[in-house]
Amino acid sequence: MMNFPVLSVITFTPIVAALIILMMPSHRRNETRAVALASATFALLLSIWVYFSYDQTAGGYQFIEKYDWLPALGISLYFGVDGMSTPLVLLTGVVMFTGVLISWGDEDPHVKAGIQDRPREFFAFLFLLAGGVFGVFVSLDLFMLFFFYEIAVFPMYLLIAIWGWVVTREYAAMKLTLYLFVGSVVSLIGALVMYWIQYRNTGVLSFDMLVMENAGFSQAFQIAWFLPVFLGFAVLGGIWPFHNWSPDGHVAAPTAVSMFHAGVLMKLGAFAALRVGIMLLPEGAKYWSWLIMAFAGIAVVYGAYIAFVQTDMKYMIGFSSVSHMGLVMLGLSTLNQNGLTGAGVQMFSHGVMTALFFAVTGMIYDRAHTRMIPELGGMMKIMPFAGVGFIIGGLVSMGMPGFSGFVAEFPIFMGVWQSRWLVAVIASISIVITAAYIMINIRKVFFAELPEKLHGHVGDITVLDKVAIVTLCILMIGLGLFPSLMVPMVQTGVENILRLLGGA
Amino acid sequence: MMNFISTHLLSTILFFPAIAALVMLFLPKEETKLHKWYALVASLVPFGLSLVVWLNFNPSQAGYQFEEIHIWYAAIGSSLHLGVDGLSLSMVLLTTLLTPIAILASFSINDRTKAYMILFLFLETGMLGVFMALDLLIFFVFWEVGLVPMYFLINQWGSANRNYASLKFMIYTMGGSLGLLLAVQLLGVLFGTYDLLSLYEGWNALDGGATLLGMSVGTVKAIAFWAFVIAFAVKVPLWPFHTWLPDAHTEAPTAGSMILAGVLLKLGAYGFLRLILPLYPTEAKVFAGALAFLAVAAIVFGAFGSYAQTDFKRLVAYSSVNHMGFVVLGIAAAAFAAGTADARIALNGAILQMFNHGLSAAGMFFLVGVIYERTHTRNLEEFGGLFPLVPVYGGILIFTSMASLGLPGLNGFISEFLVVRGSFGVGVNSVPVMAVYTAVAMLGLLFTGAYILKGIKKVLHGPMNEHWAHGEHKLTEINTREIIVMVPLMALILWIGLYPAWILNVINKAVVMLF
Repeated sequence: MMNFPVLSVITFTPIVAALIILMMPSHRRNETRAVALASATFALLLSIWVYFSYDQTAGGYQFIEKYDWLPALGISLYFGVDGMSTPLVLLTGVVMFTGVLISWGDEDPHVKAGIQDRPREFFAFLFLLAGGVFGVFVSLDLFMLFFFYEIAVFPMYLLIAIWGWVVTREYAAMKLTLYLFVGSVVSLIGALVMYWIQYRNTGVLSFDMLVMENAGFSQAFQIAWFLPVFLGFAVLGGIWPFHNWSPDGHVAAPTAVSMFHAGVLMKLGAFAALRVGIMLLPEGAKYWSWLIMAFAGIAVVYGAYIAFVQTDMKYMIGFSSVSHMGLVMLGLSTLNQNGLTGAGVQMFSHGVMTALFFAVTGMIYDRAHTRMIPELGGMMKIMPFAGVGFIIGGLVSMGMPGFSGFVAEFPIFMGVWQSRWLVAVIASISIVITAAYIMINIRKVFFAELPEKLHGHVGDITVLDKVAIVTLCILMIGLGLFPSLMVPMVQTGVENILRLLGGA
Repeated sequence: MMNFISTHLLSTILFFPAIAALVMLFLPKEETKLHKWYALVASLVPFGLSLVVWLNFNPSQAGYQFEEIHIWYAAIGSSLHLGVDGLSLSMVLLTTLLTPIAILASFSINDRTKAYMILFLFLETGMLGVFMALDLLIFFVFWEVGLVPMYFLINQWGSANRNYASLKFMIYTMGGSLGLLLAVQLLGVLFGTYDLLSLYEGWNALDGGATLLGMSVGTVKAIAFWAFVIAFAVKVPLWPFHTWLPDAHTEAPTAGSMILAGVLLKLGAYGFLRLILPLYPTEAKVFAGALAFLAVAAIVFGAFGSYAQTDFKRLVAYSSVNHMGFVVLGIAAAAFAAGTADARIALNGAILQMFNHGLSAAGMFFLVGVIYERTHTRNLEEFGGLFPLVPVYGGILIFTSMASLGLPGLNGFISEFLVVRGSFGVGVNSVPVMAVYTAVAMLGLLFTGAYILKGIKKVLHGPMNEHWAHGEHKLTEINTREIIVMVPLMALILWIGLYPAWILNVINKAVVMLF
């Protein structure tokens, strides 16, 4: 069993599934969906298996696979996961599974929830994206990381431009793609420079990141190139002041894509920034940590405040994602054990939470045809399941103890205390602002009177929607009550990062 | 099974309501009656178990009893460390006693009883966790968790202005807790553990001259002290942090107000005793005057505020500000003169006052609820002369009001007397500094009498409002269920008033050992 190439199977399952789906006849809509669901379930089960068979006492990179791809340039298909990436693989599996569930929708012409327009093509693109995401999380080869990174970004354009919200989809798709491409090009230049310098230093041509860790980059080099590499990736992580594409993209994207986008893609940015920026250029990270921390601190408070003043539910969640991803960046910028551990857990926690938020918002929008908070109301009576799910997500978002958000945010704040305590004091303001906008939103959308306009034609969510909500809620509560389900694993990954940072 | 329970007595008490609430999720939605009885029985179990703890508790033994440690969040050094001493046990008993009473009081609720009872049971777990925690992070966890069910109880089952009141309650408490959260993090970062017993030791051993975060340890401690104080002062509530309370109490459903006044306010006072006095003995002494000032302001302004109300429930709400002021006055006096006999007397009074106020405030809110349910008004001007219509209700109301007023022979007198007696003697070089504050507080006590009598007069005496005497508006007498709610409260009020030794013995021994 140990020789089973589980990581490449996970990575290529969605891609193969995408091809199979494309070959199916377009009128067999339910069969298309069934294939999608089956392959998503398969990928989820494998990622659960990876999660639970990862040996925490051994730590390090596990499930390693290596196949030559272009040996002359030192490029190989090199897969492996550590304590940082394993939870993210699981997260991707979960979001993919729930994303398919909620896209299934309801074909009733009066409801028309979920994806009813060309589901075949939709799922194909979505799965291409998912394959790219898996690939980034498991790649130990810098070239392959870029390869999968672009695979993950590119389908976003089509998914938003074709299936998105009619009003802004062209604008948002274009804005998002340009932002992310510029970011990744900047990072790519940095990576190529690193590749070249390594060759000059050691005579080795290799994109192997474990090799590059020992490339002996000079301090001056690291300081010069850290910011372009880190920020180039961090654009996708929604770091202030490059977050601007993100709320627009969230709003325009169809529900499952928003879930993917906020739930997983933003983690991709943060993860790549960590893997390439901090782990390969640790001296640069130490030098610039104050700047990253400043950006992140601003994102945390500013994002929460902007979320507070939104009237469109999706914009509200979009900006809350900026705020929460700011916490991830804040944790990364501390470069200490608590902060990095918290950042790792927060990536998972926020991914699940925001996927749930977007799922519920999508369910409401599909049925009420509006997302404007003042135009909504009384959803608790109509879709109690979605309401309870949203409330649980809201509590996670507020960092309420007993839920995963608290488990993640608390170590981040402790880490910030250890490095620059004033930032912790300032960032903590966001907790109260978040509580305020979440509570006001819950009260208005779910409890206030159902507006006249919505009487009669708004119905309850489907069974598959409920399965998705329950899955996501169980993860958030389970992790909140039993942090040891994930934290020790993340810590093994953090130890490796600390070693690269020189035991700091 | 019995073996497990006897070794995990506290965690059983703590988590039983939460587990019962989870089971309740699977009860059918329409069976209103089943929900009520199920919740009542489920809340009686922790009460029974806490009686077992009370009876097996050895008050003379120093330290914590029935201790349990379960690893929770190893990465940051926090574990579920539970234990009780005389102080926390009396609060646990108060909580497990008031919860079934409040649930019985909510039998008149027929709107979404399932969700209501589930929230109530979760609320009980949240409150108990604070009183049992011997780990600072666990303390904070339960401190915050309790907010959520209370928010929804007010927001969903409250009266007209509930949206404003519930949000204000939530934001005030969370905002107030921000400083606490940050200070908790600082302590955890410094010592790598959240275990209270290690924190007491490590934090007090910090050299006052050393530097920390670029400031002297003394400055950091002073800031952290105020961060703690503000969090707890909001909850108690101390003047000027009290403005959320009249709104929240007035808008909450009756049982919510009972728990809010009966237990939630005690969480704040308990924080002063469990965390502030042991962690900041020096700062508490330095700032005792300021605390006493705020406490006296709460006593006096609370009484004035109460007297000025025309809404019966608001009147009772402000009386909580007034009564809880005595608790903090006792604590401030004790902090000022730590270790003296006066300090112990004051603390005895403060802790007993917490328990007593829990009984009488819960009773008063319930009685307001009883009349509100019948008349659908709380406006004092619309009552008047109701005594002949509802003699039993009137008698119970007068009895409970007298406990609140501090009539000798009832419980309020004992505790307020101890607080006053203790703080009166506290001073420097035989100049009784606190006597000034105590004297001013007496002014508040005078007005306590005034507002209580005003409440009684406006409701029961004077010319009868004929509106309630005949026809469809005819006021009905308090019913058996409502009397059953009041009986345990009144019995305890009388028992403590006549023979306080059974509980003061436990409290006093805890005070002597702790402070």
